[in-house]
Amino acid sequence: MIEDKYISDIVKNIPPSGIRKFFDLVTNSRDIISLGVGEPDFVTPWTIRKEGIDVLDRGTTTYTSNLGLFELRKAISFFLKNHYDLDYNPEREIMITVGASEAIDLALRCLLNNGDEVLVPVPSYVSYAPCIELTRGVPVYVPTEEKNNFIITPADLKSKITNKTKALILPYPNNPTGAIMKKEDLEAIKDIIIEHDLIVISDEIYSELTYDGKHVSIASLPGMKERTILLNGFSKAFAMTGWRLGYIAAEHGFIEAMNKIHQYTTICAPIMAQYAGIKAIYECEEDIEKMRKTYDQRRRFIVNGFREIGFDCFEPKGAFYIFPSIKKTGLTSQEFCERLLKEEKIAVVPGDAFGPGGDGYIRVSYAYSIDKIMKALERIERFAKKIF
Amino acid sequence: MSKKMDIIELLHENSRLTDKQISIITGLSEDEVKDIIKNLEEEKVLLKYSTLVNWEKTEREVVRALIDVRITPQQGQGFNAIAERIGQYEEVKSVSLISGGYDLSVEVEGKTMKEIAIFVAERLAPIDGVLSTTTHFILKRYKQDGVFFTDGPEDNRLVVTP
Repeated sequence: MIEDKYISDIVKNIPPSGIRKFFDLVTNSRDIISLGVGEPDFVTPWTIRKEGIDVLDRGTTTYTSNLGLFELRKAISFFLKNHYDLDYNPEREIMITVGASEAIDLALRCLLNNGDEVLVPVPSYVSYAPCIELTRGVPVYVPTEEKNNFIITPADLKSKITNKTKALILPYPNNPTGAIMKKEDLEAIKDIIIEHDLIVISDEIYSELTYDGKHVSIASLPGMKERTILLNGFSKAFAMTGWRLGYIAAEHGFIEAMNKIHQYTTICAPIMAQYAGIKAIYECEEDIEKMRKTYDQRRRFIVNGFREIGFDCFEPKGAFYIFPSIKKTGLTSQEFCERLLKEEKIAVVPGDAFGPGGDGYIRVSYAYSIDKIMKALERIERFAKKIF
Repeated sequence: MSKKMDIIELLHENSRLTDKQISIITGLSEDEVKDIIKNLEEEKVLLKYSTLVNWEKTEREVVRALIDVRITPQQGQGFNAIAERIGQYEEVKSVSLISGGYDLSVEVEGKTMKEIAIFVAERLAPIDGVLSTTTHFILKRYKQDGVFFTDGPEDNRLVVTP
């Protein structure tokens, strides 16, 4: 390809996402039952959709301030206080982004100089390492293990810190493992973070989908707010993926720095989504509760289903994925997923797409109805009988 | 919401769920599930475990009609006595008292339109206290009990996403 010689080395050197590869394979197959999706099966609650329509009806189609509508920032401040007992000033410490995805990018770009190291627990969401590399930082993987419930332990953390380590990404509740870090788990690593003067980029996009007690943000621990950049958004909790609405809560200095990037690269999140977000926070608590409960029912059902078939399956406490081990089949994750797709027409995602340590696992989403999960389990069982 | 409501909703959605499946989904023990269901049956909260059928796709010929019935309420009994009397007929699938321009909405099933028309003329209309009937034949069902008979909305999500 002639264009190749023009494309920057940094972009050329970023490997394509492991999910992308699998996606191409899936697109060419028919009659598939997919358990491979990373977004809710619910449609955005009606109240929120209606607000989007009304905003357009009123002809409100302009930019907003770079930080985002003040009313929305106020709503988020209220939400963070109400749900996680966090205090963020809506005028100075909150900004609205285009999904939590933009927030990840902004946080990294605001922090990293050439060669700065960022700790990335794995398995985890696919974007962290590439975004770090695009910023000319260096991702340093911190493998988490099933025997530790896929959380970061103080020992894991210490072993990876060098004098170049600047930040730690904390992706809990976790995609793909479904692991959460409870208050005591966070307290256990807090002193190391402070001692080594690290900044935490806490990606809490699945915070509302926590099934074992309430989500605790590391920013709520004493001494941590000032060194935490908290990322969250509306996609998962309110089933608003397509609206692209996220936010960052952090100390004013960080917000100012990130807003500098945001104003030149993005300007603002879409105004319709921002108004809809205000409605979501003030009027849709019940919808969140209902969706969480439905996910929780499916979670119990699918974990049990995999275990009965004979898989070792870690019990997830958050998000909407299970991460069963396929080690005893002797197949790699890729082989397992390709065969499951070909032989039984079930799409799940190979664990190695989520970084080192993910091989030997598959990510199965339960953002599907129990009926669909039941049908899928029948096929998976038939497949398992062949390979166990 | 209570676990009792959870069970009712699960069975309402899919009455073929086994006690074991319900116990897994709700996190209750199988014995607790059995007890709750038994109580609900005794209290007549759960009346029947039925299946939603798209008869059009079967060999059975079925015509359904909604009939608006205006009636004179009876001394001391209001609408109940006539409603229950209408409900006795096997052809009548549902009877509801409704607000608005008429009093009862009666859903009737038959093999042909003619059969229903005869039922209305010979059985329903002559009942004492029935003032008038208006018959609407159901031509096509789009959605019933929350389920689409046509294809309905699709899952628009990509098959695999991060």
